[in-house]
Amino acid sequence: MRGREDEWTGLMRSAIAGDDAAYHRLLKAVTPVLRAAARRGLARAGQPPDQAEDIVQEILLAVHLKRHTWDSEAPFAPWLFAIARNKLIDTLRRRGKRVFVNIDDFAETLPGEVPEETASAGEVAAQLNTLPQRQRDVLQSIAVDSASIKDTAAKFSMSEGAVRVALHRGLAALTAKLRDH
Amino acid sequence: MDTDQLIRTLAADNAHRAPRVGAMLTMALLVAAPLSILIFAMTLGVRADVTTAMHNPFFDMKFAVTLSLAIPAIIVSLHLSRPEALMRGWGWLLLLPVGLLAVAIGSETMMAPAMPMTMRLMGKNSRACLMAIPAMSLPLLAGALFGLRHGAPSRPALAGALAGLLSAGLAATLYATHCTDDSPLFVATWYTIATAVVTAIGAAVGSKVLRY
Repeated sequence: MRGREDEWTGLMRSAIAGDDAAYHRLLKAVTPVLRAAARRGLARAGQPPDQAEDIVQEILLAVHLKRHTWDSEAPFAPWLFAIARNKLIDTLRRRGKRVFVNIDDFAETLPGEVPEETASAGEVAAQLNTLPQRQRDVLQSIAVDSASIKDTAAKFSMSEGAVRVALHRGLAALTAKLRDH
Repeated sequence: MDTDQLIRTLAADNAHRAPRVGAMLTMALLVAAPLSILIFAMTLGVRADVTTAMHNPFFDMKFAVTLSLAIPAIIVSLHLSRPEALMRGWGWLLLLPVGLLAVAIGSETMMAPAMPMTMRLMGKNSRACLMAIPAMSLPLLAGALFGLRHGAPSRPALAGALAGLLSAGLAATLYATHCTDDSPLFVATWYTIATAVVTAIGAAVGSKVLRY
């Protein structure tokens, strides 16, 4: 457990230093842990587990947009689990459920019980359609068509800088819509 | 969009660098401060006898109290903008102005004051104090909330209350240069009520706008 969390901290430090591949690996590594915890949290609240993937995606977006609040001298896992707890509580509250989130849902995950599949989630996809055209085009190009920033810029005759701006604004707008809807 | 696609998209945005919450809060307060100062200059202004007042330790004490509220509130609000932060170990910072006021009230009582207690407590400016501190706080509160929105507080209402405390502390610092009531009893009563109002507004608004 300790080794895994130290590895996350190291990956996040590299990510902040500009290593995109380390960031990708980190997000891939934490996702199954978040998914298992979201399912446990939903089950505990008497909710069907089919919303777990929506919660996972909301957590990932929040991690991305708030990563400047992580202190790179501190371990990464407590920061991550605090965001995850917050998002799970938010989701349950939106459904008007009495909220009881056990801290252990996020603190302990045995590697054996981690579900591996990646389900698709409805909410991010639905909100994606409400974004301004340009942001939606850029997000879709990178997410769905797996295009690079450079290829996306060429496809829409934009500068790479403009693609980066649209990408970041799109992600921020998506997060705001998910939070407020 | 499946989760792998989302992760790929987030990784593509890794180059984006956001400023720290402290930088955003500082900037937002610097933008808001001129508005509060304008309200102050247009309605109140610095008291006429300020140069003589500066020789009165109870005049100076007012600034020690208001700044010992504002500065710790800024520090604690930045601490709470991290999602995993706890209040534990930080709350005592917010008791600094309370301790200072207690010491000031104690020393005024021992110094055989010139006026009876009820006159010192009621003063001449209680209404102005109750109006001016919240009014001058509002631009600062808006700025503080804007800056703290950049953070990720796990308890938005508490973070909003701290935004209220820090803006009330800064506004009270301005107001103290105008007010001729220097008795710590006056400060402990009316400044506290005004601060409580602003803190409640901060908590109410914060619980909405500081969710992330």
